[in-house]
Amino acid sequence: MTELTELGVKAIRDGVAAGDFTAREVAEAFNAAVAGAGALNAFIVATPDKAIEAAERVDADRAAGRELGPMAGVPIGMKDLFATEGVQTTAASHILEGFVPRYESTVSQNLWNAGAGMLGKLNLDQFAMGSSNETSYFGNVVSPWRRKDGGNSPLAPGGSSGGSSAAVAARIAAAATGTDTGGSIRQPAAFTGICGIKPTYGRCSRWGVVAFASSLDQAGPMARDVADCAIMLGAMAGFDPKDSTSLDLPVPAWEAGLSDDLRGRKVGIPREYRMEGTDPEILDSWERGKQWLRDAGAEIVDISLPHTKYALPAYYIIAPAEASSNLARYDGVRYGLRELPADAAGKAAGLQDMYAATRAEGFGDEVKRRILIGTYVLSAGFYDAYYNQAQKIRTLIARDFERAWAECDVILAPTTPTASFPLGEKADDPLAMYLNDVFAVPASLAGLPAMSVPAMLNRDGLPLGLQLVGKPFDEQGVLNAGLAIERRAGFAAKPEKWW
Amino acid sequence: MMSTYRIQGATGEWEVVIGLEVHAQVTSNAKLFSGSSTAFGAEPNTQVSLIDAAMPGMLPVPNRECIRQAVRTGMAIEAQINAWSRFDRKNYFYADLPQGYQISQLYHPLVGEGSLTIEADEKAGIGEDKVIGIERIHVEQDAGKLMHDQHPTMSYVDLNRCGVALMEIVSRPDMRSPAEAGAYLRKLRTILRYVGSCDGNMEEGSMRADVNVSVRKPGEEFGTRTETKNVNSVRFVMQAIEHEARRQVDLIEDGGTVVQETRLFDPNSGTTRSMRSKEDAHDYRYFPDPDLLPLELDEDFLAECRASLPELPDAKRRRYVEELGLSDYNARELTAEVETFARFETLLAATARGIGKGEKDVATQVANWSLSVAPGVMNALGDEANPAHATAEAQAAILAMQAGGEISGGQAKEIFEIVLRTGREPGEIAESEGLKQVSDTGAIEAAIDEILAKNADKVEEYRGGKDKLFGFFVGQTMKAMQGKANPAVVNQLLKAKLG
Repeated sequence: MTELTELGVKAIRDGVAAGDFTAREVAEAFNAAVAGAGALNAFIVATPDKAIEAAERVDADRAAGRELGPMAGVPIGMKDLFATEGVQTTAASHILEGFVPRYESTVSQNLWNAGAGMLGKLNLDQFAMGSSNETSYFGNVVSPWRRKDGGNSPLAPGGSSGGSSAAVAARIAAAATGTDTGGSIRQPAAFTGICGIKPTYGRCSRWGVVAFASSLDQAGPMARDVADCAIMLGAMAGFDPKDSTSLDLPVPAWEAGLSDDLRGRKVGIPREYRMEGTDPEILDSWERGKQWLRDAGAEIVDISLPHTKYALPAYYIIAPAEASSNLARYDGVRYGLRELPADAAGKAAGLQDMYAATRAEGFGDEVKRRILIGTYVLSAGFYDAYYNQAQKIRTLIARDFERAWAECDVILAPTTPTASFPLGEKADDPLAMYLNDVFAVPASLAGLPAMSVPAMLNRDGLPLGLQLVGKPFDEQGVLNAGLAIERRAGFAAKPEKWW
Repeated sequence: MMSTYRIQGATGEWEVVIGLEVHAQVTSNAKLFSGSSTAFGAEPNTQVSLIDAAMPGMLPVPNRECIRQAVRTGMAIEAQINAWSRFDRKNYFYADLPQGYQISQLYHPLVGEGSLTIEADEKAGIGEDKVIGIERIHVEQDAGKLMHDQHPTMSYVDLNRCGVALMEIVSRPDMRSPAEAGAYLRKLRTILRYVGSCDGNMEEGSMRADVNVSVRKPGEEFGTRTETKNVNSVRFVMQAIEHEARRQVDLIEDGGTVVQETRLFDPNSGTTRSMRSKEDAHDYRYFPDPDLLPLELDEDFLAECRASLPELPDAKRRRYVEELGLSDYNARELTAEVETFARFETLLAATARGIGKGEKDVATQVANWSLSVAPGVMNALGDEANPAHATAEAQAAILAMQAGGEISGGQAKEIFEIVLRTGREPGEIAESEGLKQVSDTGAIEAAIDEILAKNADKVEEYRGGKDKLFGFFVGQTMKAMQGKANPAVVNQLLKAKLG
């Protein structure tokens, strides 16, 4: 049955519906793959029973002739940032270790309602803060990819949705949820040769998703190909009255709207993304991308996004500012870790002692770093110089895009400045790590739909991704351009199994 | 006119400057950002939603009713209503604040500049009506409640109140005496209760005041102010001001300086003490709440708010004087409380209907009954009175009998007394208890004829010009009738017979 794990969302859904195999057979195949992939450390907890239960429901529905959902029979991994009822939800942190929600996030519930089943909770960077998955309290995920030079130094699967990217690339999940605050879907997708789309801010409900930076956080699918992303995004998205920032718009039929015919479409190439020192292979992939889109009928136009260079600094003010406040609730009072230190005289801890000890013990270094940055930039006397300035830049960046839409329909750029790097290489250099997001962050600040699709392998045999950024609410335009690249790039590489 | 309230110091007279920040709990079944109940007095932690407890991934959704009540309150003080406002987070750690921040409105409040008028009150040293400016009203979340007496080494927290909507109503520093502050609070409370946006119940904590006090020599610049937090009765607010003003004067005259600080009021001693100085003040790191969109109010919403406003205290008082012909005193007394005017207006309508006259014609009778006669009877009865029996119907029946001459004023009281004790019907009481005036001209005529015959000398004197004797004849007639004769009929018949 191992070949079942080679199938993606669409193939499984259609195969189950046609009776080629049962959902239970699919779930069992993936459960076995998960159990055999411990070395990747992609899952914090596996939930094989959940996968089987969901599959049995689908099989029963089919047997009874009931209508099957758009994700019927598809076993997926759930990033451990989504609250799942009765299943530990940690955000890969110690402070939430053992926390079992009594509620289900809207997005995960939508997926279960669509017939998907849960293989387990996927590892990630702690509170989604990181680009290599090394900030997880539960140990880093290892990318299934290896350099072809024969060296077997473990590589970063990207972050923060690194468990998701590794699981999909390694074929131990048919697809996975991700969340993207400043590139956390697109960068890991690019690193692992899969597709991932961050929809327009507000498409997917944030209710029940552990918050990192509320004005930026957006859930999206990570899957083998563009069609799978379209199907899964359709199942995840939708207006949610429980999220005030949710878009009250109907969900378009993205799967039905897929087309790689780009005639009449204009693709913008932002000149500011051609940064000095960019890897020539990245630039090469970009050139190829242009050609593929041209081949699909699109017109390539040069555009300017003049405030691009300010995006990363602005992002690293706004996101930590929001995080410093969002993470204040982890205080040891109501749930999660509680540390009650006694002093030398054995005197019990006071409230401040409890806060300090709990948070010192419960948060990792990167999380603490961002809480400190965020606290600093919101402090009296610094607020105007940092937070307010960053918000102005955010407005300018959004305006850059608005102006660009007068000249093009979709923007093509690299997803990341480099391919995957060895674990540990940047762990002690936060600034180098933050640079991973340099191409991803502008679309996040502007709330725009953006996708990464695999383009090619570099000289080390590692995947490189191309990024497509669309107008607000135009996920279809992004998906279609992605499809045009996918069909022409012919990217069929997958990691060789070593785990 | 300047207030004459002065503090006598060793160096001369000092003027006190007062501003009040009133926290008024919004009357609403649900909390500001969650669906939890707001009822007072429930078992601890039984009215706490996932949002109130700040569980991971939970999001606030504004409750329209709370916003509506704050807008209506703003309209009642003729304030500017901001159709665009925004929520900010006020960040600080405390165990009664699960989110680690309070959602409030610092930068763009819902309600802007308004005012209310306190009335002249000679006894309280308020020479004439005075307008007190109101700077703003914003809405925010209340915190929970810590309980320190439940466990030897731990404090417990009750989150029932956590997230309940408060209006913070911030006055200008326009008050110059404790009496003015007291009058302002009472007037504000009356307006809130008229509007129905707050029950004004200070004992249950529905209304609390932060009292800002400074002193200065008359005509000089404002002095440094202190803020005394969470004072929960009108009397305590006045005490706190008196004490704080005296303390500041003594401090300055002893060569010290007032420091800007937060103080606590001790109701047992009537004094204030320092809580924290400006140096230790929290840095609240206010920033716009990224979980919430700006609050935009459309014309329809505002129109509905305006249309739903009741007649307000000042307008009602004017109408009582100008249209109903009531005295200033009666009008003020009747409009001070919602319950009072509501009872009065119901009784007024019932009485006018019962007698078949206009409200204006019976208003004074009903006002006197409501303010003095009825309360007098009720107080005299004490516990024997069942207030439930004091229906508008019963009282209107008594007033109608009195107006029609069937019963005297004394009989009206007696009948009401029986009504209060037994709930019997007033007409039936008058019949069966013999509490009726005799208007039968035959019986009265017979009595008069007998008296005039017996007192022929006095009849002569009267006819000779001694008018005062008329009273004697009335008295004799009433006596002969055992006090039950209708005085009007007696007068009329006597006049006719005496010529």
